[in-house]
Amino acid sequence: MSFAWAKPYEPTTALGRWIDDRMPLPRLVYGAIGGGYPVPRNLNYLWNFGVLSGLMLVVQIVTGIVMAMHYHADAGGAFNSVEHIMRDVNAGWMLRYAHANGASFFFVAVYIHIFRGLFYGSYKAPRELVWMLGLVIYLLMMATAFMGYVLPWGQMSYWGAQVITGFFSAFPVVGEPIRVWLLGGFAPDQAALTRFFALHYLLPFVIAGVVILHIWSLHIPGSNNPTGVDVKDEKDTLPFHPFYTAKDGWFMGLFVTLYCLFIFFLPNSLGHPDNYIPANPLATPAHIVPEWYFWPFYAILRSFTVDLILPAKLWGVLAMFGSILLLFFLPWLDNSPVRSGNYRPLFKRFFWLLLIDVAILGYVGGAHISPFNVALGQIAAAYYFAHFLIILPWVSRNEKTLPLPTSITASVLHGEKAESAPLGAKTVA
Amino acid sequence: MVRILGNIVGAVFAGVLLLAFGGTVKDYFSEPPLPSVSEEFHLEPEHLALSSDGPFGKYDKAQLQRGLQIYHEVCSGCHSLNRVAFRDLKDLGYNEAQVKNFAAQFEVPDVNPDTGEPALRKALPSDYFPSPYANETAARAANNNAVPPDLSLITKSREGGASYVHALLTGYRDPKTYKNEKGEPLPKEGMPASATLHFNPYFANLNLAMPAPLNSDGQVTYAPGNPKPTVNQMASDISAFLVWTAEPKLENRHRAGIAVLIFLIIATALGYLSYQNVWAEAKRKVAPVGPLDPENKAKRTRATAKARD
Repeated sequence: MSFAWAKPYEPTTALGRWIDDRMPLPRLVYGAIGGGYPVPRNLNYLWNFGVLSGLMLVVQIVTGIVMAMHYHADAGGAFNSVEHIMRDVNAGWMLRYAHANGASFFFVAVYIHIFRGLFYGSYKAPRELVWMLGLVIYLLMMATAFMGYVLPWGQMSYWGAQVITGFFSAFPVVGEPIRVWLLGGFAPDQAALTRFFALHYLLPFVIAGVVILHIWSLHIPGSNNPTGVDVKDEKDTLPFHPFYTAKDGWFMGLFVTLYCLFIFFLPNSLGHPDNYIPANPLATPAHIVPEWYFWPFYAILRSFTVDLILPAKLWGVLAMFGSILLLFFLPWLDNSPVRSGNYRPLFKRFFWLLLIDVAILGYVGGAHISPFNVALGQIAAAYYFAHFLIILPWVSRNEKTLPLPTSITASVLHGEKAESAPLGAKTVA
Repeated sequence: MVRILGNIVGAVFAGVLLLAFGGTVKDYFSEPPLPSVSEEFHLEPEHLALSSDGPFGKYDKAQLQRGLQIYHEVCSGCHSLNRVAFRDLKDLGYNEAQVKNFAAQFEVPDVNPDTGEPALRKALPSDYFPSPYANETAARAANNNAVPPDLSLITKSREGGASYVHALLTGYRDPKTYKNEKGEPLPKEGMPASATLHFNPYFANLNLAMPAPLNSDGQVTYAPGNPKPTVNQMASDISAFLVWTAEPKLENRHRAGIAVLIFLIIATALGYLSYQNVWAEAKRKVAPVGPLDPENKAKRTRATAKARD
């Protein structure tokens, strides 16, 4: 459905033809992930992380549904039911550790996927909608992950819910009523827990729906590639199946192996010990932190320490939401016609700076508050906004880009005779 | 337009942040933060090596049995263990009859089947360890307003796990003679504020309500064939036991993990080889040649069609 030469499905058996005439589902699958979807031939391994994110969504839905069969969304019994899963449900410990670490690995895959898109300009025309739908998925994931973390009703669950819903009370006048409305009470309690459970069950299916739109909008222009150059003809592409199914397949094995190392041998290394203490509204933990995948945003929130016109807390909340919302405007903030960072020397340097910057923000978000950490976070947060809103627009206007290859095939050939020689020809070194 | 607005928003956020940065720096130099007493005197626990460590780790059942004995004779006076059922003790190497006898030493609340009045009965293997106090209020009343935490998950709910438990149990010091690594004596703020608090540098704020529970060698008498019950040995044994109460499925997890990893490594290796196989031609010949060349494909289709006629 993407390129003119993409092959339509041709049923090879009578049964296949019979089904295809009545309901063209095989045609859809063939065109989406089969031999009928041509993909640029030069994709590197960074292009595997979209499929891996999809895999993690499935893993989370499957393990989550089975756990929901044993979980009680009850403020008095939620913590006990999680321990019941860990101790008495057959292989319950495996389900829970797979689900808890699965959230982390879902975010690992998605963060690599997002930074790949940032480097190779996958957000640029004609893929703006692919990018924006991806951001919608990311926002839904954050909401889902947050509500899921509340469900065990441990100390971090409870106080995390308290802090995050507290963001809304930063807004003047309407803030506090909104917070109470969201929680169903003045503090997290039964009403909040039940609705978080209902939404935590619902949102993954909403994500699955937006994933379909994300892939649909991707398949119209087709995948971007490391050169960022458009596909010119059939020679630039390979059919998705068997080439990319084989490549995704083995890499999936590698990723799942790493994931299983955590499930079976380091199951609590990414969590916080306080969440094994049952929620206690009367005892505040010394150090409230969200899960690691929220640390950069938590650092941005905490970096605003001055009341300038607006209160510091409101600045922090606005900046934290703004840090994600600004990504929706990225296709227009960076309007350089060259997509790939490989041909944008100045952009490339700032990209690596951004990567380091986000890593620093992540460190600061998870660390204890000290003057050094706060100062570091303030500089890093300032760079984050400057990067996307000031530097990128300036770079895209003033940068002298490198010459692009004439086609994907040409870029792969490097003009080397040996590689372009016909099949079976002896080449002289 | 987007870019102009973006510039403005970016300048505002970055400007406020730089202002805040200036404030942080100014505060740092005008009022340099002093390290708190707990920062200067708090100690990180030394690593406690247990047989359950590492990917092949298994519980040392004799050690867990000794740990159970210590819990039963020492800790259970104040601390509950209410996520562990007596039936779980089979994991420690006891048989059905031993578990039954052990459970029968405890009494659990029930209802008199004849009168419906509240009553106590002997515990069964299906019961959970009863709490030493009827409720939180009773626990507070008996312990100068401090609640002894339930121990079932203690090694998972504290930074440092079993090492922390071991260090805490062996870490009580005399605050009057204690010196930190720099040789400084404990200032007055670090001293226990009352006789109900006890100094321990491994505890986050240095003073805790629990007095040293293991204070003399031979406090517990181990069955023959076990190591000598020194304080260090007893602390190691109870720590090992509390790792088991927090993670009773650890051995299943390690076993399953090894099997899963072996399977995945083989599957991934086979997947890699098939990937190499599928891509061999596409990689070597960048321009589609041979069977992949569209011209050849078209020829093949024509030839097949012809042969069919």
